[in-house]
Amino acid sequence: MTDNNLVLEIKDFSFTYASADAPSLKKINLPIEENKITAMIGPSGCGKSTLLRAMNRIHDLYPGNKYEGEINLYREAQEKENILHLKKENDFIKLRQEVGMIFQKPTPFPMSIFDNVAYGLKLAGLKNKTELKDRVEKALKDAAIWKETKDRLNQSALGMSGGQQQRLCIARAVALKPRVLLFDEPTSALDPISTGAIEELISEIKSEVSMVIVTHNMQQASRLSDYTAFMYLGDMVEYDKTENIFLNPKEKLTEEYITGRFG
Amino acid sequence: MSGKLFRNFSFLSATLSFFILVGIFAVLFTYAQDAMHEFGFDFLFNETWEADEDDEGGIFGGFIPIIGTLLSTLIAMLIATPLAMGISIFLTEIASETIAKPVSIAIELLAAIPSIIYGMWGLFYFAPIVHDIFGGNGVGLLTAGIVLAIMIIPFMAAITRDSMNTTPQVLKESAYAMGATKFEVIKDVVMPYAKGGIIGSIILALGRALGETMAVAFLIGSVMSLPGKITDPTTSIPVLLANNFAEAQDLEMSSMYFLALILFVVSFFIISIAKFYFLGKPVKVKK
Repeated sequence: MTDNNLVLEIKDFSFTYASADAPSLKKINLPIEENKITAMIGPSGCGKSTLLRAMNRIHDLYPGNKYEGEINLYREAQEKENILHLKKENDFIKLRQEVGMIFQKPTPFPMSIFDNVAYGLKLAGLKNKTELKDRVEKALKDAAIWKETKDRLNQSALGMSGGQQQRLCIARAVALKPRVLLFDEPTSALDPISTGAIEELISEIKSEVSMVIVTHNMQQASRLSDYTAFMYLGDMVEYDKTENIFLNPKEKLTEEYITGRFG
Repeated sequence: MSGKLFRNFSFLSATLSFFILVGIFAVLFTYAQDAMHEFGFDFLFNETWEADEDDEGGIFGGFIPIIGTLLSTLIAMLIATPLAMGISIFLTEIASETIAKPVSIAIELLAAIPSIIYGMWGLFYFAPIVHDIFGGNGVGLLTAGIVLAIMIIPFMAAITRDSMNTTPQVLKESAYAMGATKFEVIKDVVMPYAKGGIIGSIILALGRALGETMAVAFLIGSVMSLPGKITDPTTSIPVLLANNFAEAQDLEMSSMYFLALILFVVSFFIISIAKFYFLGKPVKVKK
C-alpha cells in the first residue's frame, strides 16, 4: 500500500457527539484507496456509521460535535486537504459534491425521476438543458436503471419500488461525478433481489468512483469489498484486504465477530 | 347488554354532529326562502340595504357585506400567509431547540386569546396606529384585515410547522449530502413534502377569517357602504348579522338568513376542501 492511490486518509481521528462526554470514535486510522471498495463492519454501536458520516461532514448539520485528528481528501496531483478544517457552508457544499452519500432507506425527493437526478447538477450550477439531459441519461444508465425509467422520467419518483428508488439515489449521487461515495447500510431496507441488483451496481461503478460501505451483512462485505475494516466500541480493531480479514484475521476479536460468536 | 348500550351511545354521539350540520342548513334555507323568492340571484349584486318605514318590507342586497367579507379576508390572507410560512420555517429548520420551544408555546398561546380581546386591542391601540400611518378613520378594511391576519397567523403557523416537522430527517440529510444549502433544502424538500399541510392550513385559516365576527365588528366600521380605498370603513356578513339581528323583522330577517346561508355554504366548502383534500393526504415516501 503506497500513498499514491489514496483518496481519503483518516489519521488519529476522534469524534465526540455534542450530547456525549466520552468520544464515540477513538484515534481511528484508516486509508481509503482509490477505485476500491472499503467495507466497514462491526456490531451495532461500534461507530462505523459515525465514522462514515464524518467523511462528508454531514454531522455538522447538528451543532456541537467535536472532531480531533485529520481526515485528508486527496485530489489530483497529490494535493490533500484536511476536511476537518472546513468551516464555511460553501466548503461543505463543495465537499459533499465530491463525497456523496447513500442512506439506509431510499430517499427520493418529492419530485419527478428526472428532477431527482438533475437536482444535484442544478445545485452545482449546471443550467444548459441538453447537457442536463445527457448527464441525467448517463447517470441513469450508469446506475442500470435507464431501461426501467426512460419512459417515465416525468413521473414522481415516489411511485417506484424500494429497490428502484435506491438505484435512483445512487444514480443521483453518481451524476455529480463524486470522488468518493459513502454507503450507510444501503440494502438493509431492501429485499434479496433488490439487494443483489444494488450490489451488482456497486461493483460496476467501481471503475469510476471510490466507495466506502457500512454494512451489518458480513456476506455482503466479503462479496463486495476489496478492503475491510473491523470496528468495535469506537476502536479500529483491524484493517486489511478483505480476504485476509475473512480467512486469516490477525486479531482474536475479529475472528470471533466474523465467525458469529458475538455481535 | 351494556356493550350494546355503549355502542348505541357512541353511535348517537358520532352522528349527532352530522344531524346538527344538516339541521342548521335546513333552518337557514327555510328562513331564507322569503328573501330568495323576493330578490333571487340579484341579492348577491344589490348594494341597497333599506327597510321600509313600517318595517314590513324593503330592499335588501348582500353586495356590500359580501365584498367587505372577501376583501378583509383577502388582506388578512395576504399578510398572514408569508408571515406564517416564515414562522414555521424558522421554528422547524433554523431555530435551535432552546429558542423554538418557547416561541412555539407563545404562538399556541396567541391562538388561545378570545377574539373580543383582539377586537378591543385593535380598536383602542392598533386603529390609531393605522390612522397615523395610512390615514383614514382608523377603523376600516385595512385595520380589520391586519388584526384578522394577526388572529390567524398562530393557527396557520402551528399546522404548517407540524406538517413541516413530518419531513423525514434522512430526506433532508440526503439533500444536504448532495450539496444543497439550507435554503435549497427548505425550498426543494421541506416545502414540497409539507405542501398538503401548508395548503390545508391556508384554507382552514381562510375559513376562520371569513367567519370571524367579534374582532371585525370592532374594527371594520360597520358602515353600509362600498369601500373606495383600503382604509375606508365598510361591513362584513358576520358583522351585519350581529349588528342587525335585534331589530330586524320579516323580509330583512329573511335576507339576513340568506346572507348567513351564503357564508355557511362558502365556509363549509372551504373547510371540506381543506380537510378532505389536503390535510387528509400527506405526501408519503414508500418504504
